[in-house]
Amino acid sequence: MLAEAISLGSLGLFSAVGLGLAAKFFAVKQDPLVQAIEEALPGANCGGCGFAGCSGAAAAIAKGLAPVNVCVGGGPEVGLAVAAIMGVEPGFKEPEFAKPKCRYGEEDAETKFIYAGIQDCRAAMLLSGGAKVCEIGCLGLGSCVRACPFEAIAIGPDGLPVVDEKKCTGCGTCERICPKHIISVTSASKRILALNQQDDCLAPCQQTCPAQINIPEYISQISQGNYEQAVRVIKEKNPLPLTCGRVCPHPCEAKCRRGTVDEPVNINHLKRFAADYELLSGKAFDTFTLPKNGHKVAIVGGGPGGLSAAFYLARMGYECTIFEAMPKLGGMLRYGIPEYRLPKKTLDWEIQAILDLGVNVEYNKVMGEDFTIDSLKKDGFEAVFLAAGAWGSRLLGVEGEDVQGVLPGTSFLIDRGLEKETPVGQRVVIVGGGNTAIDAARTSWRLGAKEVTVLYRRSRKETPANDIEVEEAEHEGIKFHFLAAPTRLVGENGKLTGIEFIKMELGEPDASGRRRPVPVEGSETVLPVDNVIAAIGQFPDLDFIQKTKDGLEKDVKVTRWKTVEAKDTTMDTSVPGVFAGGDVVSGPQTVVEAIGAGRRAARSIHQYVATQSMEAPANLINAKDIMLVMPENVPPAPRVKMAELNVEQRRLNFEEVDLGLTEDQARAESKRCLTCGRYCYKPNAAA
Amino acid sequence: MSDYLLLMVSAILINNILLAKFLGNCPFLGTSKRMDTAMGMAMAVVFVLTLSGVITWLVQYYVLIPLNIEYLQTIFFILVIAFLVQFVEIVLQKTAPALFRALGIYLPLITTNCAVLGVAIININEEFGFFKTMFYSFSSAVGFGLALVLFAGIRERFALVRIPKPLDGTAIGLITAGLMALAFSGFAGLV
Repeated sequence: MLAEAISLGSLGLFSAVGLGLAAKFFAVKQDPLVQAIEEALPGANCGGCGFAGCSGAAAAIAKGLAPVNVCVGGGPEVGLAVAAIMGVEPGFKEPEFAKPKCRYGEEDAETKFIYAGIQDCRAAMLLSGGAKVCEIGCLGLGSCVRACPFEAIAIGPDGLPVVDEKKCTGCGTCERICPKHIISVTSASKRILALNQQDDCLAPCQQTCPAQINIPEYISQISQGNYEQAVRVIKEKNPLPLTCGRVCPHPCEAKCRRGTVDEPVNINHLKRFAADYELLSGKAFDTFTLPKNGHKVAIVGGGPGGLSAAFYLARMGYECTIFEAMPKLGGMLRYGIPEYRLPKKTLDWEIQAILDLGVNVEYNKVMGEDFTIDSLKKDGFEAVFLAAGAWGSRLLGVEGEDVQGVLPGTSFLIDRGLEKETPVGQRVVIVGGGNTAIDAARTSWRLGAKEVTVLYRRSRKETPANDIEVEEAEHEGIKFHFLAAPTRLVGENGKLTGIEFIKMELGEPDASGRRRPVPVEGSETVLPVDNVIAAIGQFPDLDFIQKTKDGLEKDVKVTRWKTVEAKDTTMDTSVPGVFAGGDVVSGPQTVVEAIGAGRRAARSIHQYVATQSMEAPANLINAKDIMLVMPENVPPAPRVKMAELNVEQRRLNFEEVDLGLTEDQARAESKRCLTCGRYCYKPNAAA
Repeated sequence: MSDYLLLMVSAILINNILLAKFLGNCPFLGTSKRMDTAMGMAMAVVFVLTLSGVITWLVQYYVLIPLNIEYLQTIFFILVIAFLVQFVEIVLQKTAPALFRALGIYLPLITTNCAVLGVAIININEEFGFFKTMFYSFSSAVGFGLALVLFAGIRERFALVRIPKPLDGTAIGLITAGLMALAFSGFAGLV
């Protein structure tokens, strides 16, 4: 008995001492953080998180590679415990949901898929050679349904997976198992930071849109009556749908596949309909916003680019301050676009919704006078976004321009925006063919001018203004002299009395591909006039950039076209931490371009603050190379037309001309969408 | 020499520790869902089984028999193996981090695994000498690893087939294991 006791006891003692010594001499310094996290995890080594056991998961959490709630086995308590160890707010993780990206089920497949083997998507894919990526949509055999550990997926009536967001935890099992990349886990901020890439399945309209709005998605939400969701989809890429729905020249509609059948879908007015629905509901729909992360970003300029950057940075948790040179926000939206196209009340409402996300504004602060890039950095701003716009107005450069009665186009419209008196005479001539020229003409007509004439040196086909604007101006009785250029301004006693112009004809095409206008000798004509408005072009006013003694730009580099130099996608300038976008980089462009630039800048700033470097995906879509597959067998359906004020109702006031779509119109129009993928479309979409 | 060869064939194919003796079914079902996990587990089993077989043989002949306490064999072996695996884990982590990364997470899973204990006791019951013990332990572990890897290969294909709901998961795993055991019993007349 004694021998047993002694031998067992000594074995125990030996083991204990042995392990103790081993622990002392072979001690490996383990990160106490990893150890603490590992203790908080259940230790079941179930592998549900995708890491090699709980210790693997703990190491990944400590390194920041996995979120605190990565443990799928332990439930929310474990997530909270780990969050406490990591010192982060519990619940900071953005909800992620699986979302089918494809709108096509097997029924819609162009190439029918005949397969009688194992009823599993991956097997079907492998046996068909694995190459059928786009001809067939979702195979609908439900591998994702079986794979989902939380039973959150079901195959819907149209053969596509439907995700129950209440049950989905964003674990990504379905994404890993789907052989066709139909379903993927995504979150609002992932979509905000996304850029269109070549291997994404994107409809031609979304490829074309400078803001990259998911157009088919919001149209499909409208067709189902989910207007609130439609607004959210739009606002993932465009924070100003009320504005854009009114003034956007909608390049997307030019690439609409429906346009090759009858007429393109009225994409822009559908956007306006959804945005108006939000406006009329009286309250901005809540948008998902990450908690504040404590980083400060300065935005110079409160136009569409600056507002867009501020909106997305605020949603990503940044503390943004907009420095605005004017007394109100909006930039050219307020000081360039007249009231009858974009009512100031509507604009104010839209801007307020952005400011309500916690964006600060410093009004009447001019860069170069009140602050500089250096002073911003001293004040703790980690990044600066320059979105100062293109506010300089080109002069006509003809004899007699100094007489009284000649107005630069932008300052005429700016004064309107500032609600100043802008009297015009009875006869007004506007020089130029862009939107500013048309805006100035239609504004002059509303102010009471009896005879408004637009002089443009090229033909009607070449006008950079939106077609619809030219058309509306003609309805309002504004005269157009195409192929005419001013040569001299005639004045009497320093007051303008006439403008002499020369006829032009189109010659050889120039670098821009447009035929160069050539003057016709001896065709000069004098037109009696009280006011001339010069709207022949705008350029960025770069006075705000700090200069050295020799007159060279001190900090940000400037191109030889006198715009700020910035990279295309990452938007960074020659100064680290300073980004630029919008008109100040590109010269005068559309609102939607500036909005896209603002979001790209927000994306780069987000990367810059975290890693001090910016990356852009290599396979970005070039909007010029979009392939349009011509649709067949599409039953024609007419495009709906928006109601507008008749011409008599427009005279001498600035009431909004376009009246928006009715709900019935919008629903009908949304059904015209062919819900295109990259190559595919649904001819029976309307059914 | 032919003695050793027969012992090896017998340990791997005929008296496969998993499929003939049904020892170590827990890690067999637990770590056979993915091929890479199964490979890691198989390596860890080879390592631990060979080591523990040798050590327990030494304990049996140099501690238990001289002290005349063979009836305490089970409790001694369990303690010794548990100590051994824990000790090796600590030492490996310090001295061979690469090996630890490959085997580390599997070592605790087989600390006092029935296959490990079973092989140790078989070694004694069959009255193997020291080298035969070492060889038999190694071969058994290879047999275990072979069954595990084959099984993982089959189970990876389960993801592609439609399995009736009540049989999904462990149930179909056990049925498959049974069929594999039947197949391995075909080796019975080999030696």
